[in-house]
This record gives sequence, C-alpha cells and structure tokens, in this order.
Amino acid sequence: MTQITVRVDGVSYTDDVEPRTLLVHHLREQLGKVGTVVGCDTSNCGACTVHLDGQSVKSCTVLAVQADGSEVTTIEGVAEGGVLHPVQKAFHEMHGLQCGFCTPGMIMASIDLLKENPSPSELEIREGIEGNLCRCTGYQNIVRAVQQAAGEMGSHGTHTAPETTGAQA
Amino acid sequence: MIPAAFAYARPTTIEEALQAIADGGDDVKVLAGGQSLIPVMRLRLAAPETVVDLTRVAELRGVCEDGDHLVIGAMTTHHDILVDPLIAAYGALIAEATETVADPAVRHRGTFGGALAHADPAGDLPAVALALDAEFVIAGPGGARRTVAAADFFVDYLTTALEDGELLVEVRVPKLGAEWGVRYEKFNRVAQAWSIVAVAAAVRHEAGRIVEARIALTNMGPTPIRAKATEAALIGVDVSLETVTAAAAQAAVGTSPSSDLNAQADYREHLAQVLTKRAVLAAAGI
Ligand SMILES: Cc1cc2nc3c(=O)[nH]c(=O)nc-3n(C[C@H](O)[C@H](O)[C@H](O)COP(=O)(O)OP(=O)(O)OC[C@H]3O[C@@H](n4cnc5c(N)ncnc54)[C@H](O)[C@@H]3O)c2cc1C
Ligand code: FES
Ligand code: FES
Repeated sequence: MTQITVRVDGVSYTDDVEPRTLLVHHLREQLGKVGTVVGCDTSNCGACTVHLDGQSVKSCTVLAVQADGSEVTTIEGVAEGGVLHPVQKAFHEMHGLQCGFCTPGMIMASIDLLKENPSPSELEIREGIEGNLCRCTGYQNIVRAVQQAAGEMGSHGTHTAPETTGAQA
Repeated sequence: MIPAAFAYARPTTIEEALQAIADGGDDVKVLAGGQSLIPVMRLRLAAPETVVDLTRVAELRGVCEDGDHLVIGAMTTHHDILVDPLIAAYGALIAEATETVADPAVRHRGTFGGALAHADPAGDLPAVALALDAEFVIAGPGGARRTVAAADFFVDYLTTALEDGELLVEVRVPKLGAEWGVRYEKFNRVAQAWSIVAVAAAVRHEAGRIVEARIALTNMGPTPIRAKATEAALIGVDVSLETVTAAAAQAAVGTSPSSDLNAQADYREHLAQVLTKRAVLAAAGI
C-alpha cells in the first residue's frame, strides 16, 4: 500500500492505495465519486475523462498513485453553488445526451477544449472530443451544445440567443 | 480490468531512475505517459514486477536547441510538443504527425519518448524520427550514455535498441529550416487514430527542383522504413504531378506490410504510393 493525498473537487483526501489501482477506481470506489464512469477496457471511449492538474485525462489510464499531490476535477465538481456549469447547462438545453453514459466524459473534454480554444469551429469541436465515443446521439447535438456553451462563456455569462435548430422538445 | 500487482517507484532524477530500474528485479517496466503500458497491463499482456514511473523526472521533459539540433526530452508530452515554439519553428513535421496521434486526453499524458520506445508499427512518431535522421540518447546502468541513429534504433515489431536496464533520455533531431517543406500524410479509420499507412516526407527544393527528399513509411512492415527508391528517384527532379507520381510509384519497393482487419498487404502497398505522392507534392509546395 502507498499513501497518497489527492485534492478532488476542492476537498483533500489522504488514503492508502495499491499501486495498481486505477485513478477511476480510486475515485469511484474509495471516494464515492461515481459521477465518473468506466465505459471500456481499452482507453478508447473517454467516459472516464477527468481533469488532472487542469488537463483532461482518461482516468482509467492513470494510476491513482500518479495523482499523489495533484488536483483532480470530476464532473461532480464543475457546478458551483448548485448552478450548473455552462457546458452542463448547454448539454441539457441542446439535448446533447440520450442514455447519458458518455456525458460526464464529454462534458469534461468539452470544458478542457473551451479552455484552450474559447471559440472553436465545428471541426475543432469534433476534433476536441474525438477521444470520447457516444453510441446514442450521433454527436450532432453534442456539437451544438458545445457551440452554445462557447457562445455563453464567451459573452461572460450573459446569455446569447442559442441556435436551437437541433433541440427537440 | 485491473493490472496485476507490482512494486512502484517514483524517482525524481535520471540517476535515481536508473538505480530504481537496477534494483527492481527481473521484470522492470518504465512508465512514461502510460498510454500504451497501462492498457497493456490492464489486459495482463504485461505484468511487471516493478514499475518505475518517470513522470516526476523533470530533467527528462522539455525541448531545447543545441546548435543545428533540437533536443527533445523523452518525457515531453505530445501536448507539450504541439505548443512548443522551437518545434513550431524547426520541427513542423513532428508537430504535424503529433497532431494526428490519438486524442487530446491521450496527448496530455502520452510522451514523445514513450511513443518511440514503444515502437508500434502503426505509431506515427517512429517514421518521423526515421525521416529526420534523429539520434537517440540512451543512458545505461551507472549513467553511461550512448547514442543510436534512428536507422539502428527500430529493430523489430515493438522492439528497439534499448536494452534491459536502459533509459531513453532524449532525442536529437536536425533542425529543418525554411528551405525544407514537410508533410505527414496519414490514412486511418475515423474512430481509431492508429495509422493503417502513413507517410512522413521532408523535401528540400530550390526553384521548383528537388535537391533532397527524405521519406519514411508508417506501418509498411514491423518497423518504420525509408522509401529509398522514391527518395533516389526524386533527386534533381522538377516538381510536377507527373514526375512525383512516377517517383511515388516506387514507394512500396522493399517494404513488407502485413495483412490484418484494416487492410490487406497489397492495399497497403497501394496506399503507400498514393500517400507518398500526396505527401511529396504538399511538401514541395504544390
Ligand atoms: C486511445 C489511444 C489512441 C492512440 N492513438 C495513437 C495514434 O494514432 N498514433 C500513435 O502514434 N500513437 C497512438 N497512441 C499511443 C500513444 O501515442 C502513446 O502515448 C505512446 O504509444 C506511448 O507513449 P507513453 O508515453 O504513453 O508510453 P508508456 O505507455 O508509458 O510506455 C510505452 C513503452 O515504452 C517504454 N518506455 C517509455 N518511455 C521510456 C523511456 N524513456 N526509456 C525506455 N523505455 C521507455 C515503456 O516501458 C513501455 O514499454 C494511442 C493511445 C491510445 C490509448
Ligand atoms: S473507460 Fe476510460 S477510456 Fe473508456
Ligand atoms: S448519450 Fe448514450 S452514449 Fe452518449
């Protein structure tokens, strides 16, 4: 066992872990952060995406011991004071999900994309989330959600008229 | 799945890392970005006794210049490469290929050195290193250094000149100035970034005439391979669709591509020719 201290969604946790424990299992099983999910065994699907020291990573492909001394943000930590993050809100409003399994990873990848590129083109959005697979939506509304969030975040929180063509009531 | 149990070491210097490798028992694996090693360990295709994690060895990370060479630390991540000004100025071919590797999350962890040491035939960076005549600086037990040319580094499928107990420290890549044009041309399935075939081309040309061409192929055999017949055929040629197409028709000469779920060998040979033509034309500015 190795002792590690990781700050997760703003709270510091010290635990003993086996070196072979994957970060995603540490988050889910030891810390109860079950918002982050496991979708594959091959590092392909991106459902487990979290931010490690501010950068998106696949938490099934990082060892928990590697996060020692680091800051992790999961989907459970992006809303502030009960108010959805603009990207969460946009996924909701633009129907960027159906079953929702890919959504935690999609949102974490999208937040990271918008941090590096605040006003991405449609192609840049598709490339920015290429490590995240969705088996339901066909990606169309996910791209629209990211576009809406980019518009909203770019105008510093003031709501710009969203392009609602993809949304189905 | 979860990897088999292992002992874990997290050195902070090259010296400590070499010591940890020496002390780690019979089956020691070095962990760089883990984007190939961790999946392989999860599938239990590897079950090392000890894992030596290099992520805290700061001296292995970063890009600097040494005269007419770029020096790229083994632990420089794919993402680091894409935002590095020296790479942008003198290593455009490396940046072009790196941009096609995997996805942003994998590029945040995966490293330049790890991708080269892993030596996957479908990996994109080995062919780039071969096309650029890169040199590999390797540290052995006790810290002794040796340098291996790219042509000698890639030995076989997933096998390099790295011996047990050794560490890839840095890769020295000749700078390419403005007289060089480059292109990484890749063919892959949409949902999987791995190359079915890809071509790394660097072309030096003066007034429309090719003076020198360096072309390396990804996934046309167990190791990356130079398209020597095409390189020779291009020297002194005035660039046109006809001349480049004729030279590129020899791109698959001397290769030994495999047949798998993605493509048959003869289709790979066809791809090598088409992609070489496109890469050379683009590198020559057409
Ligand atoms: C979903 C997915 C898609 C991918 N797509 C692509 C792609 O399109 N193109 C592509 O090229 N790659 C792709 N990769 C692989 C990626 O580029 C990896 O980063 C790379 O293959 C390995 O780099 P790493 O730093 O993660 O190395 P690791 O996984 O940590 O190590 C790989 C191997 O190299 C050895 N090693 C690492 N560093 C050293 C060193 N300094 N000295 C000695 N030995 C060392 C390790 O012991 C191990 O055997 C993909 C990976 C994933 C998960
Ligand atoms: S669960 Fe991590 S990439 Fe699929
Ligand atoms: S909404 Fe079901 S996988 Fe994306």
